[in-house]
Amino acid sequence: MSVDLTKVDEILSRYGSQQRHLITILQEIQAEYRYLPREVLEHVADAMNISTAKIYSVATFYENFSLEPKGKYVIKICDGTACHVRKSIPILEKIREILSLNERKVTTDDMLFTVETVSCLGACGLAPVLTVNDAVYPAMTPEKAEKLISDLREGEI
Amino acid sequence: MIRSYEELNRFREKCAEAFDRQTRKVLVCAGTGCVAGGSLEIYKKLIEFGKEKNLNVQIELDFEDKHEGIGIKKSGCHGFCEMGPLVKIEPEGWLYIKVSLDDCEEIVEKTLKKGEPVERLFYEYEGKIYPEQFEIPFYKKQTRLVLGNCGQIDADSIEEFIAKGGYSALARALFEMSPDDICNEILESGLRGRGGGGYPAGKKWQQVSRQEEKERYVVCNGDEGDPGAFMDRSIMEGNPHRMIEGMIIAGVATQSHEGYIYVRAEYPLAVERLKTAIKEAQRLGILGDSVLGSDFSFHIHINQGAGAFVCGEGSALTTSIEGERGMPRVKPPRTVEAGLFGKPTVLNNVETYANVPLIIRDGVDEYKEVGTEKSPGTKAFAITGNVKNTGLIEVPMGTTLREIVFDIGGGIKDDKKFKAVQIGGPSGGCLTFDESHLDLPLDFDSLKKVGAMIGSGGLVVMDENTCMVEVARFFMNFTQNESCGKCVPCREGTRRMLEILERIVKGEGTLEDLDLLEEIGKTVSDAALCGLGKSAANPVLSTLKYFRDEYIAHVVDKKCPAGVCKALKSYSIISDKCKGCSKCARNCPVGAIKGEIKNPFIIDSAKCIKCGACVSMCPFGAVEEV
Ligand SMILES: Cc1cc2nc3c(=O)[nH]c(=O)nc-3n(C[C@H](O)[C@H](O)[C@H](O)COP(=O)(O)O)c2cc1C
Ligand code: SF4
Ligand code: FES
Repeated sequence: MSVDLTKVDEILSRYGSQQRHLITILQEIQAEYRYLPREVLEHVADAMNISTAKIYSVATFYENFSLEPKGKYVIKICDGTACHVRKSIPILEKIREILSLNERKVTTDDMLFTVETVSCLGACGLAPVLTVNDAVYPAMTPEKAEKLISDLREGEI
Repeated sequence: MIRSYEELNRFREKCAEAFDRQTRKVLVCAGTGCVAGGSLEIYKKLIEFGKEKNLNVQIELDFEDKHEGIGIKKSGCHGFCEMGPLVKIEPEGWLYIKVSLDDCEEIVEKTLKKGEPVERLFYEYEGKIYPEQFEIPFYKKQTRLVLGNCGQIDADSIEEFIAKGGYSALARALFEMSPDDICNEILESGLRGRGGGGYPAGKKWQQVSRQEEKERYVVCNGDEGDPGAFMDRSIMEGNPHRMIEGMIIAGVATQSHEGYIYVRAEYPLAVERLKTAIKEAQRLGILGDSVLGSDFSFHIHINQGAGAFVCGEGSALTTSIEGERGMPRVKPPRTVEAGLFGKPTVLNNVETYANVPLIIRDGVDEYKEVGTEKSPGTKAFAITGNVKNTGLIEVPMGTTLREIVFDIGGGIKDDKKFKAVQIGGPSGGCLTFDESHLDLPLDFDSLKKVGAMIGSGGLVVMDENTCMVEVARFFMNFTQNESCGKCVPCREGTRRMLEILERIVKGEGTLEDLDLLEEIGKTVSDAALCGLGKSAANPVLSTLKYFRDEYIAHVVDKKCPAGVCKALKSYSIISDKCKGCSKCARNCPVGAIKGEIKNPFIIDSAKCIKCGACVSMCPFGAVEEV
């Protein structure tokens, strides 16, 4: 698969090639492509004159970077302390069950949903919470989560 | 552009007049919690209805219009998140709770038009109605200084911030004080770092000032990784200018000209508000090449984290800003000597910076009137978990846990029994439980005596249905995941401790495991490189100390007293109650239930995976959990 690199060049030209911009550049690339494709990283390495190994070392250190494509809807279930004690795990289990996902398989085959956990979204007052592409859903229950997923699915048809 | 002290004062007067001309103000909470509850739609609706009714609605300060207006504003987090979306009405100080779109018309019709309250939206507790916000028990014991502007002004408006005295501390620092004066004043105020360590901020600034190297940096730690904490988030979102003002003052004091704010990736709204705030400050000449017309320059950059908890540690954070893997390094040299880009760096927490303008503006004596002798000022806490009123609070240092959990927090949810408060997150802190701990005044030093610490300010309340062994496992899982792997004690030690804890919650632990946990825990605390590893064992060691009987129940009796640990549960069918309908057997995913129709069924515990399906399915309540 070949990837369109014009967007990458546009991002690179905005920041220049100093290493201190690397993380920001990777974040913007991920926002554009929903993950960090290999070709893109190699291209970034060339353009910034940094070794590909170095770029991988940074990309793999931070949890938010993904080397695999993510689904259209990234669902993050908060399992921070506040959400955990207000029972976030049953919500996670329910969503995984509905989407036939597990700890290792996090994205559905139709590339619609990716399910992850996150430790605290800073909305603990409304625990348990989850986010779908940064929109916060407060006071969740397994039932509400089930409805949310079917709503998202319906929106697709 | 504001080009001098006088111009700032004149501009303030203009802002204050326009602010006061808004004789009625409606402050819709736009903190993350209320936004999730739909407060932004409520905000829009109120404006729409207000305009429809031909009211003089103003969404920002109007310098031209000399008539009385109604200001409708998006404010910072009011703190009472559990009751959101919140709408505050000034000048009466009324607080409307759980406001929905359907209430908007009535609010406009009654309150905005006629000045009458919508009583059904008032908070009610134990039969008493509380129209005014600060009469509500949740607010009554609070002292909101750092969060003061949240709920009073529009969080995005620099004009309103200035109207309320904003940036006057900066002007004072810039035009009336020498850098040494500023450092001394901060030192004298006794301000201690709010990020967990409690290190005197003034001392840190002085150390940076003394360095030979003249290229210096000011860094703000907004990584706030502790799960269960969202104070810094609320400050960045609700009062961004206060924090920026503090950073610029730190710049003046240490003669640095570049500031960096490192914000967690999970806080997109905070990033947005900070960006707006920086732009606005640049527009008015408060940030840039000539701050308020002086020859001092200061620029602020924002860096977003990428999901690594360890980046909250000072040296990891600066490495991350440099675009590297964010791993802590061996100290010395310390951050004040060689921090960001190898240069002397002032690194403070969001809340620490937000305290600075208060000290410079009101003076040391006034600042020290609040709080305790060794820990002056206030502290913001996020109070969450199994407590009635979750939310964001600010109290004087020295307030007791009892006041926080029971008076402000309203006690335990669903009237269950109080069990523990987890304070300071998985790394920062520890757990306090004992009834006697409830009366300890919370400050930097008092908690250390009982093996806990104030940490960053996350307070998670736990009720009797919480299994402390599971909690310890939960934290160890977190820490183990976040260990950066640089040093062996933490990388290996946390993994081994996690394995042991997993064994125990599965009912496969032994008494020797408890000793082993203690031994590894102490070793990791002693030998790890950074704070993450050093405090990784705290939750385990403290639960072992105060809840040993729960551990013993898990390893000896193979029981989980709180009924949480799945593997230690078992289900059985009470034969007297079972009517033999076979519903449970049909719903058991592993076929562990057998029996004949109209006769009592039996669960084969060897096959049972303890999913609990039978319990919820049985129409007769015949399945019991033991
Ligand atoms: C693993 C780890 C995580 C930390 N996370 C944070 C954080 O999220 N926010 C913070 O302000 N300080 C955090 N700290 C403390 C910082 O290292 C540092 O002490 C603090 O930011 C200094 O600011 P202060 O003196 O104003 O508190 C963390 C420390 C460690 C070891
Ligand atoms: S203690 Fe843990 S997090 Fe800190 S440097 Fe060592 S391995 Fe990394
Ligand atoms: S613990 Fe879930 S939002 Fe903080």
